[in-house]
Amino acid sequence: MNILKLSAAALVASVAFAGAAAARDQVQVAGSSTVLPYAKIVAETFAETFPNFKAPVVESGGTGGGLKAFCSGVGEGTIDVANASRPINKSELEACKAAGVTDIQEIRIGYDGIVFAADSSNGDMKIEPKDLYKALAAEVVVDGKLVANPYKNWSEINPTLPKGPIAAYIPGSKHGTREVFEEKIMSEGCKEAGAADVIKGLVSDAKQAAAKCIAVRKDGVSVDIDGDYTETLARIAANKTGVGVFGLAFYENNMDKLKVATVKDIVPSTETISSGQYPVSRPLFFYVKKAHLGVIPGLKEYVEFFVSDDMVGPEGPLAEYGLVAAPDDQREQVRKDFEAGKTM
Amino acid sequence: MTDALSPAAGIPKAKPARRDIGIKRRYAAERRFRAYGIAALSFGIIFLLILIWSVVSKGYTAFQQTMITVPVEFSEQVIDPQNERATDPQKLMTANYPILARNAVAKVLGVAENDRAGLRAVNQMISDGVRTQLRDMVVANPSLIGTTQTVSLLAAGDLDSAFKGQIDLSVPETNRKVSDRQVGWMNQLAESGALAKHFNTGIFVNGASSRPEAAGVGVALIGSFYMMLIVLVLSLPIGVAASIYLEEFAPKNRFTDLIEVNINNLAAVPSIVYGLLGLAVFVNFAGLPRSASLVGGLVLTLMTLPTIIIATRAALKAVPPSIRAAALGLGASKMQTIFHHVLPLAMPGILTGTIIGLAHALGETAPLLLIGMVAFVANYPTTPLDPSTALPVQIYMWANEAERAFVERTSGAIIILLLFLIVMNVGAILLRRRFERRW
Repeated sequence: MNILKLSAAALVASVAFAGAAAARDQVQVAGSSTVLPYAKIVAETFAETFPNFKAPVVESGGTGGGLKAFCSGVGEGTIDVANASRPINKSELEACKAAGVTDIQEIRIGYDGIVFAADSSNGDMKIEPKDLYKALAAEVVVDGKLVANPYKNWSEINPTLPKGPIAAYIPGSKHGTREVFEEKIMSEGCKEAGAADVIKGLVSDAKQAAAKCIAVRKDGVSVDIDGDYTETLARIAANKTGVGVFGLAFYENNMDKLKVATVKDIVPSTETISSGQYPVSRPLFFYVKKAHLGVIPGLKEYVEFFVSDDMVGPEGPLAEYGLVAAPDDQREQVRKDFEAGKTM
Repeated sequence: MTDALSPAAGIPKAKPARRDIGIKRRYAAERRFRAYGIAALSFGIIFLLILIWSVVSKGYTAFQQTMITVPVEFSEQVIDPQNERATDPQKLMTANYPILARNAVAKVLGVAENDRAGLRAVNQMISDGVRTQLRDMVVANPSLIGTTQTVSLLAAGDLDSAFKGQIDLSVPETNRKVSDRQVGWMNQLAESGALAKHFNTGIFVNGASSRPEAAGVGVALIGSFYMMLIVLVLSLPIGVAASIYLEEFAPKNRFTDLIEVNINNLAAVPSIVYGLLGLAVFVNFAGLPRSASLVGGLVLTLMTLPTIIIATRAALKAVPPSIRAAALGLGASKMQTIFHHVLPLAMPGILTGTIIGLAHALGETAPLLLIGMVAFVANYPTTPLDPSTALPVQIYMWANEAERAFVERTSGAIIILLLFLIVMNVGAILLRRRFERRW
């Protein structure tokens, strides 16, 4: 019973502490799991470089979840930075405004490539957006008519793809990557395959026509992965004819297990992505609450450190991990905008 | 029956007819049932063994870490070329320590100073964690500057994986993270004994890190410890008090029935719901800090309470009424009866229930997600109000990492968690054995 009393006393003491220790002394970050590894590297190096600040706490939880927490209000109980693998959208901005989060600074950190890869036992693959559209769309055009997707084997579409039944592992809708996939592959492929015109003829509403273009077949051939790339990797290892969607950084860490596909004959690499040749890439962001700058110790320094060339530059540790650095003038512009306090 | 009572009864019985009581069939049925039981048991054991085998076979290597032991020259030229350390204490903090490590390894390997590609390749073999390792050495003892010390440097995660045979070296050089040149150096260093596997204390004491070789479950262990302490201290007294009242004092009516149904219901509510509640009540309303183990502990307390109440009520019910009757008969008050006789006898059951509830809480991640404890936390928490994370969360975070070296660390962390669970459950069994009374 003595131990019990002692620990009860300890707990009461620590709760009483709560009032005194309310001031937060480290930056809190949440958001995209794509940005998470970069934010972790920066947070760790930040704490090593500035011993007088604590390492920022970086939560994962997805772009949407991060922005939701970000927009829940201003004050020490809310996070300071939201990582995002897509730009903040209108409804999120409105939610932010409604909760009093009015001054938001947008910071673009670089680019992320999205690659298509299969198990390393496969041969060289050359993918065109229209191939993936034909393989994965819910409805495709055959002989000028829109019919439910009849394709069963990759070989019916493109001989360089794995030999066997079609199987694809694409990011689930909670991932920011899904939007990029829909825009750069499905929508693009829809046009290339000539399906967009047929759909336009059938559906007058432009919005509905666009939605029809990006609708993915639901007969079990295409699997939504709501977890992380490790899950996709496990699915690919189990199904040798499956094609999965990965981030460039993840692919580079697992090159011995994966065979990457060229898209429009371009091999994905940091060079081809930063030059804009490789078509499937997207910018990565984080958002900062201006009201927290100068209030939360280390927040300003963290942001400045993040956007410095020591971190996001082409020779920095983030590029080493797989981030595609933005061009020099863009990085300079980002730094200038942050210094000037430019808000959205 | 009518046949047996037929007129033939008058004739003297020749032999008593053998009573067919189906003994063979009944024995066979019993044998079959035993076989089913053994089959069910072995089924379970096989799956347990597969689970343990897959975790241990992948994870045991995580407890060893590749180190490169080389003489490192703490050159004043690199650390403090202008000799300002007496006036500027920051100088020692910000010096370029990785260069020292790189030069030391390059010297052993005989890489020329003007071979820039070679030096970069050497640099990739050493963990970035050497910056803090060497810095801490120098800051603690500035007289090291200018001397040469033999230091065990952390090898980079990719080299560690390659040395442990986890990276397939038969694939073309461009398809892996270690080059042929680095593999050659690795073998050269291993032969001379400079590169070897050591026991990995880092996995127990380090905080989270983006570098697999420097990552550990230290912060998660502290966070889990704080949460378990909070859960124990809050849920045991509240749970026991609630169940004693419900079992011994409360009138049996519709209202208490309703309470009982609700408690049983709460025990089955998915744990993420408690996370939502915790976010709304403790973080948003009460203003407690995000990611703090105090909030995590409170959420897990709510989650564990129904389990403890149910176990405690069952334990109290199992105490025979004769004990209560005897105590009351000898003049004890109801309160004395409960606290002097019933509660001590129910204690083993209560403790077992509590420990099982705690073990359950120790393995929870879902309720911690929403209150911000699924996070990258590098600093040790000093109080339960500081950000921290928990053991299962650390496993989840590592499982999502891209680097190969995190695969074994994920399994290593699972082994650590399993060890804790085994200790807790063995404790529960021992407590029950020690205090159990049979009537």
